Amino acid sequence: MKTKKMKLFWGLLFGMIFGFLLQKGGVTKYDVIINQLLLTDFTVVKIMLSAVVTGMIGLYIMQELGWISLRPKAGSWGKNAIGGLIFGVGFALLGYCPGTIAGAIGNGYLDAVTAGLVGIIFGSWLFATIYPGLKEGILKKGYFGNNTLPLIFRVNNWVVIIPMAIIIVAILYLIEHAGF
Amino acid sequence: MNWLTQAQWSPYIVGAGIGVLSWITWLISNEPIGCSTSFSRIAGMIEKLFRGKKVEKKLYYQEVKPEIDWQMMLVIGVVIGALISSLLSSDFRLQWIPSVWSLTFGDNMVLRLAAGFAGGILLGFGSRWADGCTSGHGISGTMQLAVSSWISAICFFIGGILMAQLLFNIIL
Repeated sequence: MKTKKMKLFWGLLFGMIFGFLLQKGGVTKYDVIINQLLLTDFTVVKIMLSAVVTGMIGLYIMQELGWISLRPKAGSWGKNAIGGLIFGVGFALLGYCPGTIAGAIGNGYLDAVTAGLVGIIFGSWLFATIYPGLKEGILKKGYFGNNTLPLIFRVNNWVVIIPMAIIIVAILYLIEHAGF
Repeated sequence: MNWLTQAQWSPYIVGAGIGVLSWITWLISNEPIGCSTSFSRIAGMIEKLFRGKKVEKKLYYQEVKPEIDWQMMLVIGVVIGALISSLLSSDFRLQWIPSVWSLTFGDNMVLRLAAGFAGGILLGFGSRWADGCTSGHGISGTMQLAVSSWISAICFFIGGILMAQLLFNIIL
């Protein structure tokens, strides 16, 4: 019981740091997110890619050391591609995502705490309600399990991590160089 | 300490900070940063208020229990963290209509809220369908090099960019 409460406390603390960073990054703002989708401001991509490159190297080092064991999510084309596209349309209409909407609420944005929040909860409920009809059908179409890129290419993890890190840094450099 | 009161930090510092934070969440809590599952737990908790215990028998809520967990505390923490950050930099403001929206669509609040509500439904529905969102797949999953997450993240942006172009550059 005590460890369970402790875990919830850590969640709250990590969330506060995450929210602080999101707000300082500007991504709790509709304007910043929609300008990313309109390709006039690349703040969202810069934050995401630098998080991925930093996180990826650290997580895989910690896994090599035996400190953690990663849990890549299983998926399928029917699940991730279709779900991702539906998500994208909603992302552009609302201008927040499930994480940044929490930050937007903290930032005082009232469209987030009213229409946006109620919409997300309703949409999640709707999915849970029709889930039995989807589970064994479309969500299993093109199933590929919890594969990672190194497993697919049948190579050592670092054969993907090192080029991936170089490519991400190069993309960030090009974005900056192009004046965004 | 004036970096605490700055309105905006370099996106690279913020991104690297989120990357380091995800090392720590794995190490201490054995959890990846994610947000969207919490909204379906909240939906289940609300449904439980109306329909009672039998909600737990719904297939989805057998897999995703309608209760408070680590990730929901994380999402609550995000609200508090963003509030603290925006207060420190005097960036906190109560605002109904974002400025980029009003430049194109005007100051009609009903229109903004209708679009936000429709967007929210698709976002909630789509994140459950894809089993993750911009944080769970887009950040935490891609850094684990998960195939499911790379496909999802790319599709979030394909859908988002197409819809934004349609809304801002084709319809209006």
